Amino acid sequence: MDTFVQQLINGLNIGAIYALIALGYTMVYGILRLINFAHGDIYMVGAFAGYFIAIKTGMAGPSWMGLIVVLLGSMAVAALVGMAIERFAYRPVRKYARMTTLITAIGVSLLLENLFVALFGGQGRGFPQLLQDDAYRLFGNAAISKSQILIFVVSIALMVLLQWIIFKTKVGTAMRAVSFNLNSAKLMGINTNAIITFTFALGSALAAAGGVLTAQYSPTIDPLMGITTGLKAFVAAVLGGIGNIPGAVLGGLLIGVAETMVVGYGGSIGIASTYRDAVAFAILILVLLLRPSGILGTTVQEKV
Amino acid sequence: MAADEINAAGGINGRQVQLIHEDDQGEPGKAATVVAKLINQDQVRALIGEVASSNSIAAAPNAQEAKVPMISPSSTNPKVTQIGDYIFRVCFIDPFQGEVMAKFAVNTLKAKKAAILFDSNSDYSKGLVQFFKASFTKLGGTIVAEKAYAQRDRDFTGQLTAIRDTTQDVIYVPGYYQEVGVIAKQTKQLGIKAPLLGGDGWDSPQLWDLGGDALNGNYISNHYSVDDPTPVIQDFVKRYKAKYNGTAPDAIAALGFDATMVMADAIKRAGGTECVALRNAIAQTANYKGITGVITLNSERNAVKPAVVLELKDKKFVYKETINPD
Amino acid sequence: MLSFVKRVLVTLVILAVLYALNLVMSKQGLFGFGVPLYQVDLWKMAGINIILAVSLNLINGFTGQFSIGHIGFMAIGAYSSTFATVYYTQGLERWLAGVVGGDIAAAVAFTLVILVGALAAAIAGLVVGIPSLRLRGDYLAIATLGFAEIIRIIIVNTNKVGGATGFRGCVDAANGTTCIDESMGRLTIPAYTNFFWIGLFAVITIVIIYNIVNSDAGRALISIREDELAAQAMGVNTTRYKVTSFVISSAFAGVAGALYGHWRLPHPNDFTFVRSFEIIIMIVLGGMGSITGSILGALVITFLPEVLRQLPGGVYDYRLVIYALLLIIIMITRPQGVFGGREFGLSWLKRARRLPEGTAAVGASKGVPVAESAARPEKDVEN
Repeated sequence: MDTFVQQLINGLNIGAIYALIALGYTMVYGILRLINFAHGDIYMVGAFAGYFIAIKTGMAGPSWMGLIVVLLGSMAVAALVGMAIERFAYRPVRKYARMTTLITAIGVSLLLENLFVALFGGQGRGFPQLLQDDAYRLFGNAAISKSQILIFVVSIALMVLLQWIIFKTKVGTAMRAVSFNLNSAKLMGINTNAIITFTFALGSALAAAGGVLTAQYSPTIDPLMGITTGLKAFVAAVLGGIGNIPGAVLGGLLIGVAETMVVGYGGSIGIASTYRDAVAFAILILVLLLRPSGILGTTVQEKV
Repeated sequence: MAADEINAAGGINGRQVQLIHEDDQGEPGKAATVVAKLINQDQVRALIGEVASSNSIAAAPNAQEAKVPMISPSSTNPKVTQIGDYIFRVCFIDPFQGEVMAKFAVNTLKAKKAAILFDSNSDYSKGLVQFFKASFTKLGGTIVAEKAYAQRDRDFTGQLTAIRDTTQDVIYVPGYYQEVGVIAKQTKQLGIKAPLLGGDGWDSPQLWDLGGDALNGNYISNHYSVDDPTPVIQDFVKRYKAKYNGTAPDAIAALGFDATMVMADAIKRAGGTECVALRNAIAQTANYKGITGVITLNSERNAVKPAVVLELKDKKFVYKETINPD
Repeated sequence: MLSFVKRVLVTLVILAVLYALNLVMSKQGLFGFGVPLYQVDLWKMAGINIILAVSLNLINGFTGQFSIGHIGFMAIGAYSSTFATVYYTQGLERWLAGVVGGDIAAAVAFTLVILVGALAAAIAGLVVGIPSLRLRGDYLAIATLGFAEIIRIIIVNTNKVGGATGFRGCVDAANGTTCIDESMGRLTIPAYTNFFWIGLFAVITIVIIYNIVNSDAGRALISIREDELAAQAMGVNTTRYKVTSFVISSAFAGVAGALYGHWRLPHPNDFTFVRSFEIIIMIVLGGMGSITGSILGALVITFLPEVLRQLPGGVYDYRLVIYALLLIIIMITRPQGVFGGREFGLSWLKRARRLPEGTAAVGASKGVPVAESAARPEKDVEN
């Protein structure tokens, strides 16, 4: 039993990270109908930003102050990067065909990855310890570490904050309006460009938080770390219903748990733990075939 | 560094050495291309490389076909030298390395049960597992669990939790330092007490950044120990640090140095770089006193040398014991 | 009659040229004129990239279905063909060698396994295509990406084809090591592929795809690209056309894979989705509705790194950054690529060349005859 609980904790942990990243995907898709392929790489940018902030400000030793500075700093940097990408890469192609915008997104993703490889090398770097790592016994063999607790606490806090922004502020209402119908929102006097930029900033900040939290937990960061994680987070967004915010969170947690369960228990039914990445994609295929709108999503009829 | 020192000392037989290096980004396909380029475009007469066995195995056929002698500093998978008689190495091979750790586990750590966590993307890791299992069971131990991960994975809690379910005295993790650092951390997080055992793939100054104090109490088999007080080794370490901004040489650096020196020595003995003569001179290398031990190349073109077992303590690899080949 | 003789003559000329080029590229050279091994490798890669780009263009460029999992089909072609070579064709080739000599036996065996690769990839295309092609643009893209990754992960986990460390020859599945002797299969993969084969299949691919595009079926595909609902309303069986073009496209990717697998040993790291993106860059660069564009794109992407390598200042290290920037800039400034929807300069062959109908004004195209569509069952016209 304790092993099951342990695996559950592990799964929810990874799932929380996927949820943070999935939120960014789902918000941007809700507004622009664009799959921001580069979003996974923003997660990576966030981790690297955190790394450099920690090193440059000398806050590399374990301290709460250091953690807060690094977290907020990386979120700010990532928000700027996200806004820049929107302004210079996506806005010019917004009016073009869907395929064009998707290819542009792929281009931005490749750009970020290879730029970072060229500048910082493809080798992993060790992220500084900002938290004195400890494990707390729960019962039996099940344990939870400080960094895992941190991931839960911070991601829940951020999601609650996001809910508040979206449902209790004017900006949030504007965001919802734009995701309903961009042109109508424009007619209502909403500065859609500003809202879109804000959405990108918000999503990128969340992804960056995910990046820093993950880096605390498994401290190797490298320029390609965002690829697979980003894809799985996208699957999570689709699973939950793309464009749906609680759906993104649900999807993220489900994928995290499913993946961990397959790794932990799959051996007994002949699925090697190296199939871990295939789990997310298999779920994706199933979702697209059986219920493309996702768990919490609604079907949209295509009118001629 | 070897090339610079050779040139400073007057070159080989009076001629200067020119080193051309290429990066294959760790991809076997590119390794083959890069070697082809070096041989055809740059007209190299000798090759030092590659580090990882998968890449050496990909690159060697080109060298063999072009009859350009190739010395790998650190590829330990047996298949590498089996490709042809122009391919050599100055390190021991994995059958020996796997056996070393098994012997150490049984004889010194008195282990009876072992779990295994290996890198399924790597010939090196898979090879070591194979030989460790064979030796460990021959010495009377049992393997209680065998789990795999893929290179670049960052989360091993699933596999480790499953391993934690079984009881074990040691866990054999013959992977590369990038993953091992994180594995060590997560092992401690999950409260697993058994020490981790590994191979030379752990050896890198970066390992400490990634694993920190969680690495204490683990052991690896390796080619040499940077803390070995022998004067020859310490002198090498000093020269290396002076040249490379204070970085200490890891086993790969030391082996790279030895490989180059062995090649140079062979060129001197052969009186030139004519392919057949050079090849024969390399094959005849015997009792060459390298940094990583006394190097004698056997008929399979592998180096017969002892391995050292090092304990990881306080960000250092501390010498524990030497295990000699049978 | 005359055009048939002309076609046969052209075919013979092409075969002769390819054969001569192959000799030039091989070690002995032709009349003492050889090409260095390093450059030969580049030309071989260019040929394979041409097959990949032109076949991808059929589904992405002409049918307008955004597939970004093309490399998965190449992987299937590579692995299934080498699997057949290692485990099944040894006996056949030996027997044939006794009858018609080693070279012809090898050629027959190779053709056979290439067909196996193409067939396997085609079947995979069917399996992937039928469910995926129901989906709209973005979802289709992600579905194809997902399938390609699943294919790769399955390959990584299959010991019999070498798993994560690549396929080099017969594997003893019981303990995952190389077979002891030849009884279970060949110990190495014979390097059948040379420039002749690659060139031959590149030409075949181009000819077949060109003919498809310039036929009635091709116009149907383009109509699907332009406006799928309208095409459906006009009675085009869009599902059938989409799936068929997807299957054909995959089959050619399988051929490319088979050629690649018998040259560079198949390794899962060669079939990541980054490679899929590379092929996309090729067709985007050249122009997504243009076959010559795909050829150009393939050549540029193959040779550009080598050109960059010669430049000083470590530009080479930034080449992937340059590609990415190139892609973004092309999308922003000229999304139709170099050639747009047109082909280059075939008019000088003095053959009446037909533009793909999609670029013509609405009233000018013939469309599908009304009589046929009336006979079609109602289910093609959906809401």
